[in-house]
Amino acid sequence: MADVIKKATRESYGESLRDLAGEFPNLVVLDADLAAATKTGIFKKANPDRFFDCGIAEANMMGVAAGLASCGKIPFASTFAMFAAGRAFEIVRNSIGYPHLNVKIGATHAGISVGEDGATHQCNEDIALMRTIPGMTIINPCDDVEARAAVRAAIEFNGPVYMRFGRLAVPVINDAETYKFELGKGVVMKDGSDVTIVATGLMVNEAVEAAKTLEADGISARVVNIHTIKPLDKELICKCARETGLIVTAEEHSVIGGLGSAVAEAVTECCPVPVVKIGVNDEFGFSGPAVDLLKKFGLSAENIVATVKKSINK
Amino acid sequence: MEAKLKNDLKKTACKIRMGVIEGTYNAKSGHPGGSLSIADTLAYLYFNKMNIDPANPDMPDRDRFVLSKGHTAPALYSALAQRGFFSAEELKSLRHIGALLQGHPCIHTPGVDMSSGSLGQGISTACGMALAGKIDGKSYKVYTILGDGEIEEGQVWEAAMFAAHYKLDNLVAVVDNNGLQIDGKITEVCSPEPITDKFAAFGWHVITMNAHDLDDIDRAFTEASTVTGKPVAIIQKSTKGKGVSFMEDQVSWHGTAPNKEQYETAMAELCAQLKELED
Repeated sequence: MADVIKKATRESYGESLRDLAGEFPNLVVLDADLAAATKTGIFKKANPDRFFDCGIAEANMMGVAAGLASCGKIPFASTFAMFAAGRAFEIVRNSIGYPHLNVKIGATHAGISVGEDGATHQCNEDIALMRTIPGMTIINPCDDVEARAAVRAAIEFNGPVYMRFGRLAVPVINDAETYKFELGKGVVMKDGSDVTIVATGLMVNEAVEAAKTLEADGISARVVNIHTIKPLDKELICKCARETGLIVTAEEHSVIGGLGSAVAEAVTECCPVPVVKIGVNDEFGFSGPAVDLLKKFGLSAENIVATVKKSINK
Repeated sequence: MEAKLKNDLKKTACKIRMGVIEGTYNAKSGHPGGSLSIADTLAYLYFNKMNIDPANPDMPDRDRFVLSKGHTAPALYSALAQRGFFSAEELKSLRHIGALLQGHPCIHTPGVDMSSGSLGQGISTACGMALAGKIDGKSYKVYTILGDGEIEEGQVWEAAMFAAHYKLDNLVAVVDNNGLQIDGKITEVCSPEPITDKFAAFGWHVITMNAHDLDDIDRAFTEASTVTGKPVAIIQKSTKGKGVSFMEDQVSWHGTAPNKEQYETAMAELCAQLKELED
């Protein structure tokens, strides 16, 4: 495992914006005084005349993005998830979602892996909030390869998109040469018949690792990567429910309203089977190194293994 | 302003007011007070100032308008109907199920450039439109109207800072200073005064205007067109409920629809005003 390349998806975001600038002349980037952290600074350096810093004023930034989109621009409004989905929620709903404008929201520093900054900046609620906005597409890529593909998919799609990126460098698990991103389609990372682990974001790698351990222990676990949380690939989820009879979800987000909720909502309608949710329970985070926090909150391959074993034995 | 044009605009403003009464009466709800206070400004913008085409509402180089104080949509709808964006009959189904005309402006209605009405948001979207014009080197202007109560929203000042920073001199923000908001006088609720000083401090070119004097409206918007390097704020002194005697300067008419008797009285008053202008 020593050769595993790690990269934060926020880096992928900034680089992708830079790389797509030539191909998409209407692409413009907005930030709220976080260009160094969201990595839109990479775009700014290459395209200073297409980058607009809005200062520490996220509500206005989302409105400006809406106005730009109404005039044919493709704005990428960038800030931390806490401020994009949290502070600016109502502007995203009313000025972007309701008029269904072609705004792309690049939300970085999502989840507990923000680390040392602590609870105020660890956004575990953004997926839940964005899911409730009609017509909002939500993408939560798992690695560099998928994040790059997601940014391209977002710009090629006409409508509002919320993209979730992380601060922490995570293993690159997809092959850039062969990887194909299809908006709204889940990816079966590994087949299996006893249980399906449905994961998103950085938990996809944990799920893949967990499945290897389970395999060695005689449990055949299927792993599904849900990069598009909305619209959810209900067809695949329901197929997995029917074929494996048990689903364990894994996300770096609150267990309330995120991937686990979305999967449970789908399964209860098409094929009710137990859905066990791994995520941040109904609590706030706290300061600490990201890797330690992930373990502490059970966002690890070890906890997926333990949860699957416990759930299968029930 | 030339006398005939002025008279025509006065007649248009009167008809906009009649549409406000028609719409809110049929809806049995809505906001007549603040709609009536912006009728003259809308008449001037939609019938004299803005480059728009009802046959081509999405014309790329058109001037844009955002009703940031979106609850006064009846006035906007009335102006758009008169200008030919849709039939005036639509006002009779304002706020009804399945109606074209929603309680607050919706971008899918012909002539409406932006969904708005959650206060404080319209000015930000107007900033985005103005910025797009700057990026593309277009000459269109973006107009927005805010309420004086609305500017209590913090987002308005984020937008004010942004517009000045990016030198959006293609943006004109009108503040409808009728002095009243739902809970009472703006100076008593949580005062946003001094409004002119605040916009000036935020780097805007500020013009004050009598909202019910077309010569003064013409003066203000003509001056606004000459300003370079700064966004323009026009603080228009207005009377809430203007044109309907029993609604004027009465906070109770902020969000109350007229009943049948009040409707008939209001329409009779406005008809008399129109007749006087036509004679």
